[in-house]
Amino acid sequence: MRLALLQRRMCAFTLVLAAPLIAPLAAPATAQAAELSVVTFGGAFEAAVKQAYFDPFTQETGTNFRLEAYDGGLARLAAMVQAGNPTWDLVDMESNDALAACEEGLLQPLDTAEMGDLSDFIPGAVGDCAIATMVWSTIFAYDQSLLTEGPTTLADFFDIEQFPGKRGMRRNPKVAMEWALIADGVPPREVYSLLATEEGMNRAFAKLDTIKSEIIWWEAGAQPPQLLADGAVVMTQAYNGRILDAAKQEGKPFEIVWDAQVYDYEWWGIPMGARNAETAERFIAYASQPEVLARLPRYIAYAPPREKAIELVDPELLADLPTAPENFTNALQLDSNFWIDHFDTINTRFQVWLAQQ
Amino acid sequence: MTEPAVNRPALIEPSLRQAHQRARRHESGRALLLVIPLLAFLLLTFIVPTGGLLARSLINDELPGAMPQLSTVLQRWDGQGMPPAEGYPALASELRSAADANELGSVARRLNFYRAEMRSLIFKTARNLPEQADDWRQTLIGIDPRWDEVEIWQLLKRAAHSPTPDYLLTALDARIAPQGGLETLPAEQSIYVPALARTIWISALVSVICLVLGYPVAWLLANLPERQSNRLMLLVIVPFWTSLLVRTTAWYVLLQPNGVINTLLTSLGLVSQPLSLVFNRVGVLIGMTHIMLPFMILAIYSVMKGISPVYLRAARSLGAHPAIAFLRVYLPQSLPGVGAGSFLVFVLSLGYYITPALLGGAGDEMISQLIAMQTNQQLNWGLAGALSLYLVLFTTFFYFVFNRLVGIDRLRFG
Repeated sequence: MRLALLQRRMCAFTLVLAAPLIAPLAAPATAQAAELSVVTFGGAFEAAVKQAYFDPFTQETGTNFRLEAYDGGLARLAAMVQAGNPTWDLVDMESNDALAACEEGLLQPLDTAEMGDLSDFIPGAVGDCAIATMVWSTIFAYDQSLLTEGPTTLADFFDIEQFPGKRGMRRNPKVAMEWALIADGVPPREVYSLLATEEGMNRAFAKLDTIKSEIIWWEAGAQPPQLLADGAVVMTQAYNGRILDAAKQEGKPFEIVWDAQVYDYEWWGIPMGARNAETAERFIAYASQPEVLARLPRYIAYAPPREKAIELVDPELLADLPTAPENFTNALQLDSNFWIDHFDTINTRFQVWLAQQ
Repeated sequence: MTEPAVNRPALIEPSLRQAHQRARRHESGRALLLVIPLLAFLLLTFIVPTGGLLARSLINDELPGAMPQLSTVLQRWDGQGMPPAEGYPALASELRSAADANELGSVARRLNFYRAEMRSLIFKTARNLPEQADDWRQTLIGIDPRWDEVEIWQLLKRAAHSPTPDYLLTALDARIAPQGGLETLPAEQSIYVPALARTIWISALVSVICLVLGYPVAWLLANLPERQSNRLMLLVIVPFWTSLLVRTTAWYVLLQPNGVINTLLTSLGLVSQPLSLVFNRVGVLIGMTHIMLPFMILAIYSVMKGISPVYLRAARSLGAHPAIAFLRVYLPQSLPGVGAGSFLVFVLSLGYYITPALLGGAGDEMISQLIAMQTNQQLNWGLAGALSLYLVLFTTFFYFVFNRLVGIDRLRFG
């Protein structure tokens, strides 16, 4: 389990308090251009990114990478940028973080004109201050050795009569609310407009109520494969790459149900005022080339965000990616703008709902 | 034999006394020098940042900082009817300048705190602003009809005020009503007060369980022959040295439905269904008690070690029943240790974070988890500061109560 993440979060909290003081002290007198300080989500993803992007880039340019893992969120980035001395050069971010960081001036604007023709990127995958590097997805998975007649649709996840047993879900209203509405019969395209209304929220909570007693809540992305392996749950919400990684690396009989997957992009961004911003920008340009992007699925089941790269991916690997046509039924793109606007309101109700026994 | 002169101050020569005092002052001055690095360290890395975060609970400088002209207009407006005409061009020009200065994001986030959708309204307006307009009011309403709502402008007016009581009120599940005056939020929107109450309740429970379990152990450690007690002490100390995360994960492995404990119970035929020992309050209490127990045991032990066995023997030789002798002679002497241990465990538990997150269920969220969420995910450092302030205030309050009842000078540890 990647419990260290929680510890890091605690560190992050301390850092927020101390960053304005520590950052200037920690800054070396001379900037080292030959090293990039990169922050990613760690674990299986970091290992994959290292093999697909970092090591080849080091071979080509001699630039070394100093890797650090975090659990998302903008607190440390904001603390560093406000202190005027970010020690990170490159950050791997979720959509809502990348969007908010760009709006708040925490990320440097990117000069995408220098990166050649980017028109084959999936719409919305090239932002003002960040560029998408892969598509990942929230799905649910079950253990085939426990459920021979496995669930096939999202409605089955919410059906505790036909599929009794505990379900793992992330302790966060994101995706939980969307899924509740879809399982209740709302077409994916109408989910967010409905969720913005009181009535839609009531409906989502009512649907979640039907399985509330059976839910085990998790927080870090490494937990759900563990819960499944331990037999603590019969099925669980999870990130697709982690489940496939557990299935491939450890031979677990995990099966992914792709119905109503909620997909999102993962981005590269450069902190405002980063010391090695130029090298970081060069790296982003390198890592956005189709032939480089096409390497990632060899190491983890996340999809490249551009057409030309998908064409280059080994056909055998394509079927496991979130973007494979047979996996893409009913798929919903996580609406980061919606969640930045409504997270506080919905989360407040979600927390109260959680605490009610 | 004559008594030494030092015991008779009256006999000391005045000049000698002065010299003595001078020497003492000199000594304590030098001792202070030794402490200066620590004081400086505490001040720089603890007191200043903590104070800064707590101060954020009152500061509200996003809108006044990024849009000074609009703020001045709004502060003069009484909040009734539509805002003054100069508010519209001020809004338009400062939306643009704030966007150019990368300050619009924090303004939008601040406004979104009052009402969801304010962020998208701000960004939508900023994106669609024309260079020039004859009538800014009509232009703005043309971009989005919400600019014709009084409520939107009243929210802007609220954001233009600094300092603000908003965060402190939100942290108490209250707010300023749209018509003015305070109102508490309905139960389905209150999270912080219940979370604080839950935190205090869990901490109190953990302290009581630790006391009940720890007191006999401490007594055993203090009264066994040296060799045996040293061995037993290892059992207390080794977990104490082990990382908190390792111990929490170990409990997760032991307590889960297919874990060691449940497998043992089912194979012995004691239970037919696995007990739910984790992802609920039971798991939190077991995990936290285990982690806190050494603090309780060591605090009580250190006091018990100093209680002479002579008193107990004397009481019994005078005819007291062993239970009476314990209750009236031994227990009162060990109370400082009990107080110190309970205080430590309770205060440390208040800030707990990882154990409830990993072993707890839906209804076991403690206040630190909510503070971390506001700090790391929502970047609402004002609210995080307000929540922290209440936690600090409560801990201070508890400290004074404890000091009153037990006396902090009697707190000994280790």
